[in-house]
Amino acid sequence: MHTNSLYQEVILDHNRKPRNYGKLDHASHHATGHNPLCGDRLDITLQLEDDQINSIAFQGESCAICKASASMMTAAVKGKSRANAETLIHEFRELATGKLDTNQPHHLGRLTVFSGIRDLPTRVKCAILPWHTLHAALNSLDSASTEADDSAPAMPNHS
Amino acid sequence: MTPVNASLKSDVSSSPDWEKIRADFPILQLKIEGKPLAYLDNAASSQMPQQVIDRLVRYQTTQHANINRAVHYLSEVATLEYHNARCKLQQFINAREDREVIFTSGTTDSINLVMHGYGRKFIKAGDEIILTTLEHHSNIVPWQMLANEKGATIRVVPINDKGELDIDEYEKLFNERTKFVGLIHVSNALGTINPIKGMIDFAHRHGVPVLIDGAQAAPHITIDVQALDCDFYTFSAHKLCGPTGIGILYGKAALLEAMQPFKGGGDMITSVTFEKTIYNTIPHKFEAGTPPIAAAIGFGAAVDYLTAIGIEQIAAYELGLLEYATACLNDIPGVRIIGTAAEKTAVISFAIDGIHPHDIGTILNQDGVAVRTGHHCAQPVMQRFNVPATSRASFAFYNKKTEVDALVAGIKTVQKIFL
Repeated sequence: MHTNSLYQEVILDHNRKPRNYGKLDHASHHATGHNPLCGDRLDITLQLEDDQINSIAFQGESCAICKASASMMTAAVKGKSRANAETLIHEFRELATGKLDTNQPHHLGRLTVFSGIRDLPTRVKCAILPWHTLHAALNSLDSASTEADDSAPAMPNHS
Repeated sequence: MTPVNASLKSDVSSSPDWEKIRADFPILQLKIEGKPLAYLDNAASSQMPQQVIDRLVRYQTTQHANINRAVHYLSEVATLEYHNARCKLQQFINAREDREVIFTSGTTDSINLVMHGYGRKFIKAGDEIILTTLEHHSNIVPWQMLANEKGATIRVVPINDKGELDIDEYEKLFNERTKFVGLIHVSNALGTINPIKGMIDFAHRHGVPVLIDGAQAAPHITIDVQALDCDFYTFSAHKLCGPTGIGILYGKAALLEAMQPFKGGGDMITSVTFEKTIYNTIPHKFEAGTPPIAAAIGFGAAVDYLTAIGIEQIAAYELGLLEYATACLNDIPGVRIIGTAAEKTAVISFAIDGIHPHDIGTILNQDGVAVRTGHHCAQPVMQRFNVPATSRASFAFYNKKTEVDALVAGIKTVQKIFL
């Protein structure tokens, strides 16, 4: 794939001006995500009320892919129920690892801008880290790591 | 004698045909994303010339058997070739004896061998081990494991803003508790060449043995372990145009003999009963099990290949690339070179304002330019310069100036995308 189709304007824009950036003072849930391959880290804080994500914020040191993914994720899950957020987490993981059939109904909307990441196995973890971390926060785990899952795809066949 | 010396001199002064040498490396003909590959990740792993590939094929097609065992023809050939490879490495580093050269799986394995074989036997509670800020994780983590087990302490030599070791601070760290020094010859993250000879001499004046991690030095600097007088020296084949999975540990014979074995198994014994095992002599004491025979023979072919070109010729050519690339990168606004030591190998770590190294690496790849991005297994160096990671271009003798130009063009593309 052409890299420029990954670094699209929407991703560059969220990298430049991340939404929901910072830390909630009175979070009910939080988690820290690590990508040990690059040393990136991400903190997510959120306020869950009646099983609904009322507010959410993220902050951390990361690449453009990770930051844009986190920014768009927070925008997507704000106001959603925990169950709906978990559905998005699942669908985004499937999308990033090339397992999601985007012709079938899904809930990702503009997040499909990340579909090109499936061709860059070394960068899949950058895109998924915020979603792992959100999953950890929702399940009251303190931390998430990109190395603690089975979402890494097989290497593409470069011929 | 005079004519021989004269002809040798003329060989040294005549420059090798670098284009012809580059043609020895089939992988460099690859196209990535439709662009010619510019492989600038040689500090991570170098590429293999046809001569070494052919040697591996010849071994597998006509010489393979297990070694040090059977009396049949193939076993004798394989045993002899494996031994010859050891002797080539002995000559490559000017070791006094071939038994001082131990084949390991690589630099990490070698350091772990010294930690288990020497450290666990001789380092005790309260002892101190000196390491430097520039160490690769492979020369930090084993010593931390030992320090935790024994109750020993690790002391760290700081670096200055150029990425050079503070030798005054190094010397101040010594006291009667100092029992070991682990020292990287050339920094993998920054390219800094450390003044190891003086540091080894200083340690020896305090009766302290020194291990040199030469993984980044051996491809670029002539190694003479007798002149250095280091106690241990180690490097890996795959950074020297050889195969992965093989490296050497050089150790002074008396030290190796005093050490305990690291791994137990076949080949490392003289006799075994359930009551008692008598260990084999060095180097076999440290080579349990069937070694990577093909890789060792390929390693021998690789040092033959490099020696034929000449390590000093290689270093001079690479220095030219380094100076050219340094000037080019210094000319790009927003690019900052991290690691500006006076003595460097052809490694440039750099940061671009506001752009994460992983994004840089992905976009450079689009132009066929392969660089390393990340913390380079040297997180203390990254912490010293307050960056989570850098991008690193590292050059070999088969690289050329047009590949530096491709890097520069790629960096400008990165900056344009993130404008």
